[in-house]
Amino acid sequence: MTIQFHDETFRDDYTFHNSPEGIRRFPFPFDQDSYMYSVNLEPHAGGKAGSPFEKRFDVDEHYVAEMRDRAITLAEDPLRCQSLPHMELAGWDFLELVMVSKSEDYPELFMLNRDGDRWHWINRPLGIEQRFTFLDATTLPCGPMEYITRQTQGDHALLDQRDGNLWMDAGMVTSQADWSLDFDIGMNFFEWHAPVPKAHELGVFQRALKFLLNLQQGAPSRRLNWTMTVNPRLDTSPENYHKWGPEKRTVAPGNVGAKQYLRVELQTLWRLPRSNAIAFPIRCYLCSLEDLVTVPKWGRRLHRVLRDLPDELAEYKGFAVNRPVILDYLAPFDDGAPTSPGIFPD
Amino acid sequence: MTSRLLRVSAIETLSPLVTRFRFEDPEGALLPLFSGGAHVVVEMPDAGVLRRNAYSLISDPMDGSGYEIAVRREDGGRGGSRFMHTKVALGDLMRISAPVNLFSLDLRAKKHVMIAGGIGITPFLAQLKQLARLQMPFELHYAARSRAEAAGLALLPASPQVHVHVSEEGNRMDLGAILGSQPLGTHVYTCGPEGLIEAVAETGARLGWPKTVLHSEVFMAPPPGAPFDVTLAKTGKVVTVGPHQSLLEALEQAEVEVEWMCRGGACGRCETGVHACHGTIEHHDHWLSDDERASQTKIMPCVSRFTGETLVLDL
Ligand code: HEM
Ligand code: FES
Repeated sequence: MTIQFHDETFRDDYTFHNSPEGIRRFPFPFDQDSYMYSVNLEPHAGGKAGSPFEKRFDVDEHYVAEMRDRAITLAEDPLRCQSLPHMELAGWDFLELVMVSKSEDYPELFMLNRDGDRWHWINRPLGIEQRFTFLDATTLPCGPMEYITRQTQGDHALLDQRDGNLWMDAGMVTSQADWSLDFDIGMNFFEWHAPVPKAHELGVFQRALKFLLNLQQGAPSRRLNWTMTVNPRLDTSPENYHKWGPEKRTVAPGNVGAKQYLRVELQTLWRLPRSNAIAFPIRCYLCSLEDLVTVPKWGRRLHRVLRDLPDELAEYKGFAVNRPVILDYLAPFDDGAPTSPGIFPD
Repeated sequence: MTSRLLRVSAIETLSPLVTRFRFEDPEGALLPLFSGGAHVVVEMPDAGVLRRNAYSLISDPMDGSGYEIAVRREDGGRGGSRFMHTKVALGDLMRISAPVNLFSLDLRAKKHVMIAGGIGITPFLAQLKQLARLQMPFELHYAARSRAEAAGLALLPASPQVHVHVSEEGNRMDLGAILGSQPLGTHVYTCGPEGLIEAVAETGARLGWPKTVLHSEVFMAPPPGAPFDVTLAKTGKVVTVGPHQSLLEALEQAEVEVEWMCRGGACGRCETGVHACHGTIEHHDHWLSDDERASQTKIMPCVSRFTGETLVLDL
């Protein structure tokens, strides 16, 4: 399989698009016709061939363009990447995890040669070749976490584990659903989750934290999260709300199918060896409504989920204002027929 | 719980009661690295009973060529350590879990002070190697009754930061002096008997140390006790727990699935609901809150026991 990397943008003229295969492999997040928060964690131990669950770190047709978009965001706002001093070891752990996984899972794209601490890394899609000394930050152009996350799709948080909690002490966050690393840095699991409605009362965070504190090396976990975004924009940050917030008002019956995107995050959780930290990649996938409804099961189900979603969740996810237009668009694709279990197309 | 079969590649007597074991992959593959303070769970098929004991790793966390543990023989215990000392031979294959760390260093610390009593030295042996690599300031204090019993001596580096206190030689550990002279930003780690952990906590409190910089390894072996029965709510099945068996081991023997990880009352993984309780749960864990304990609605089967009429579990 060779991936055709798109030349596309996630801002201004928004030329982002999914290929037909890109649509079919989209990680549709609903396995039934309704949605509520839950501890939806499962082992990240591969998945259907060709799906985003198959490889440890999915690389797809948007890779090169996403990395270009990250570089633009970082140039404008360097605080999107932060690592407290004690997290450097975790950064190396994560660099190792990504380099080893990608070179094994995509040998035609990435290559890693290791001779003791002397490492040689080749990233063909981005045209990068680097020789460096593992655990010696002076041999890389920037810190290890920044170095590898400039070459890895998705946002990334590195969590330090201590005092029976997880602490967001490092991260690279340029494609987030309206939260800020600069605000959350140094917070613990309950503090950074404070804005989420309902989930606290449901005990979701209490149970999820217990699970994560026990996460084991070599046994990564994953979950899907979702929201709605107008235009295929990666950087929907609070810092730049003035740029994308007003775009919500541009949605109208005539353009909603093309402008409104379902935004899905494939989140994975990894125990890191030397630092005992947890890595939390948050990989973002975008698909427009008009592309989604080409899969009949997804059109039916998305209509039902969005129609019945509690108001607080629609408010929190930021699409309450456009819900009526979205539902009007989706309703004709819902003929009332039953849907099959699971997330994959029939 | 992921695990692998490893070969016993070295056995060395460190003291009359303590023996070091080294495990390597039979094909020579590298094992996952770990962080100082991590432990593994070792499976021991002991005359029809499958025991699983947790031991701190003492080898270099950055060296994947093997894992090493030091086991103290506890003749009054449940038999796991006796099995290691009397039944395990060079070349044996044993099932070893992936490393898990419930006692990691706080890497924000400006300085690390480690206080070990007896066999509590084990997690620090790996942490010392990690700290040396990270080039972080540290100080280690190791208390033992006698030089002959101080199994850690053979494994400790000769270094001005390593202090050995042998009470038989009149060189007792003075916690007030140790904690009284540390720079701001120091973190303290204690591993050893309950009494030592309490003494460090009290001394720290007296000297105004914040609780969050005092860490201790609360991990423990399941204590033996009188036999008791439990009833499983879903099937009505009755399981008998022997005097040298933990409730978790008895459930596993009866093929009842219970999740576990540390088997020492620290990780919380085995938490099990109590359907009905006429009697007293002997809570030995460090996981449940005081309220949860008093309510007798939850039990940690890896370490806790029961005395009384009936105990019905949500299983
Ligand atoms: C340890 C890694 C994790 C990190 C770093 C993380 C981070 C975040 C952040 C920053 C937010 C946005 C909060 C805001 O509005 O400011 C969020 C939302 C949320 N998180 Fe997590 N999270 C983690 C793990 C989990 C896990 C394991 C669960 C499991 C159930 C979970 C459930 C949620 C939910 C339900 C939301 C609301 C999302 C929405 O409706 O869009 N998180 N998380
Ligand atoms: S297995 Fe860890 S508390 Fe019981």
